[in-house]
Amino acid sequence: MSAAIEAGVWRAPRWLKQHETLLAIILIIALVSLGAFNNRFLTVENLLDQGRFITETGLIALPMTFVIITGGIDLSVGAIVGLCAIMLGYSWKTFGFPLPLAIIFALFVGAVAGFVNGYVITRVRVPPLIMTIATLALYRGLAEGVSQAHSVRGYPDWFYFLGQGSVFGVPTQLLLLAALIVVAGVALDRTTFGRALYAVGANETAARFSALPVDRVKLIVYTLSGLASGLAAWVLVSRVTTTRMDMGIGYELDVIAAVVLGGASIFGGSGTIWGTVIGLVMIQLLKNGLALTGVKGDATIVVIGVALILSVLIASSLQRRRD
Amino acid sequence: MSATVAVSAASPFSGAWRRLASQEALLAVAIIGLAIVVGLINPRFLAARNLSDILLGNAYIAIAAVGMSMVIISGNIDISVGALIGVLATVSGSLAVAGAPILVSWVVPLVLGVAVMAAQGAIVAYLRIPAIVVTLGMLSILKGGLISVTGGKWITDLPQNFHLADLSLLGVPMPVVIMVLATALAALWMRHSPRGRAIYATGGNPEAARLCGVDPRRTVLMVFALHGFFAGLASLVYATQLRVIQSTTPQGLELTIITAAVVGGVSILGGVGTVVGSTLAAILIAEITSALVFINVSPYWTDAVRGALILATVIADILRRQRRAARGWKR
Repeated sequence: MSAAIEAGVWRAPRWLKQHETLLAIILIIALVSLGAFNNRFLTVENLLDQGRFITETGLIALPMTFVIITGGIDLSVGAIVGLCAIMLGYSWKTFGFPLPLAIIFALFVGAVAGFVNGYVITRVRVPPLIMTIATLALYRGLAEGVSQAHSVRGYPDWFYFLGQGSVFGVPTQLLLLAALIVVAGVALDRTTFGRALYAVGANETAARFSALPVDRVKLIVYTLSGLASGLAAWVLVSRVTTTRMDMGIGYELDVIAAVVLGGASIFGGSGTIWGTVIGLVMIQLLKNGLALTGVKGDATIVVIGVALILSVLIASSLQRRRD
Repeated sequence: MSATVAVSAASPFSGAWRRLASQEALLAVAIIGLAIVVGLINPRFLAARNLSDILLGNAYIAIAAVGMSMVIISGNIDISVGALIGVLATVSGSLAVAGAPILVSWVVPLVLGVAVMAAQGAIVAYLRIPAIVVTLGMLSILKGGLISVTGGKWITDLPQNFHLADLSLLGVPMPVVIMVLATALAALWMRHSPRGRAIYATGGNPEAARLCGVDPRRTVLMVFALHGFFAGLASLVYATQLRVIQSTTPQGLELTIITAAVVGGVSILGGVGTVVGSTLAAILIAEITSALVFINVSPYWTDAVRGALILATVIADILRRQRRAARGWKR
């Protein structure tokens, strides 16, 4: 028994590494073959342009990786994006906040929404899946109620810099995402907080007995998830120049697909930021590459669904063979 | 309050008390109480027309919630059911318009529903992939597939005899007949048959179930297949009520169905719940949505109120369970 556990400890990281290299190889093959089909695909402009579309889901995918590593899940992120977008637009237009304050307010609302998730999950012990399904309905409903389904537009020009501008030819929001990827990667890999996430996800009881602040770790992780969703809402509003209450519908699927595709186990205890980033890039380039080769937008959702199920199937069968 | 409950639990009336405090009884009281209160504020709410609209328009949710309850009791979850109902309704309508025999357009969705769900159940049970991942993937496959195949076109000119939901049996409209039959049969089967009990055993503790001679994997597969059957039935009631079938997936339908199951007392942790509860909950939720209109709440706030209601129910349910567990432990 103890030998098996030891073997698991020794093997898991190697398998993880393999999963990501495997994914990277598939990504390169997909890139090259899609590029061969269409000469507009493998161009610097197109790839940078795709970076704009990655950012919103990418920002949420980072804390979602944390959440999934702790063995939880957050289905309410798309609804939080909608709520924050509405809060940004309404606090500015209707309540008369200055725009910078409105942005901070929207981020604050996102963090509070995530905190509420985390608080009930840790204190009342509602399973994360159910809690976030419930708040998915609640937050989207609040966005609907506050906005009465009206949209807000007409933001000042400087506001669009984040979503449409570029710095040295690189889309602004992509730089933001890149910076946060590094922060999240370091936090997960090199800090006690990051290591605590793995401990909580691998064996919560053991983590508690090891005096890890399990509940606080979870609370932080869900709050971060809400905050990142608020950030994504800001980027999204800035990119599409308008605020609507149906913003972010279905984001949870894209985000979770990216994280799971990137090798994080839905049972918790494993996953890396690098894997998530590769998963993200893979999904976006698959969407874009397929679109450029003439596949309609909705059919690409099918491909994501298939990719999600297949990647988990392959990963689990590889792991089982190792066990 | 909790002291009274504790005392009464120990008294000879404990059985009666417990039955009175059961989720099903509470829901029934809530349904009647809400009707009286809203009826006092706005008598038009109690018009026979409105009450039957509430029942007829939401019977399909209750029917789908029967299957969902089984899935959740077995310790799994399915978030693809809303998309599946949309797909099956479209298939059924397209067949009818294309001139297939009406019976075929009624039976095909049932068969297709069982096939899709059984496939998911097989992946969950035998390949041990979590249901959340499988059904999340299937959700996007069904959703994307439906829109890209149909282009979101509306199906019109449905033949007159396609509308199963317009028929009635002994004066009772068909959707209600199907809802009551599905609930009653499923409830009896789950309570009294070995296979029905196996669902509770599997959800409560798969390892213990296996040691008792129940095959948890086969049970999960069976539950998903049954869930597919009820989803097919729900799509039939849903599609045959409409004059125009919009070939898209109903937004957030899976959420409403899961809510009905959870509000109905099905524990999300598996092993506990009844389909009578989920059907009553589906009726209560529909009643609340309708009541909000009659007491002049803006329809834009409906979703927020519903979300708050789900949240309150879930939290209350978990707290009650914890209290009960703590009491049992003390004894």
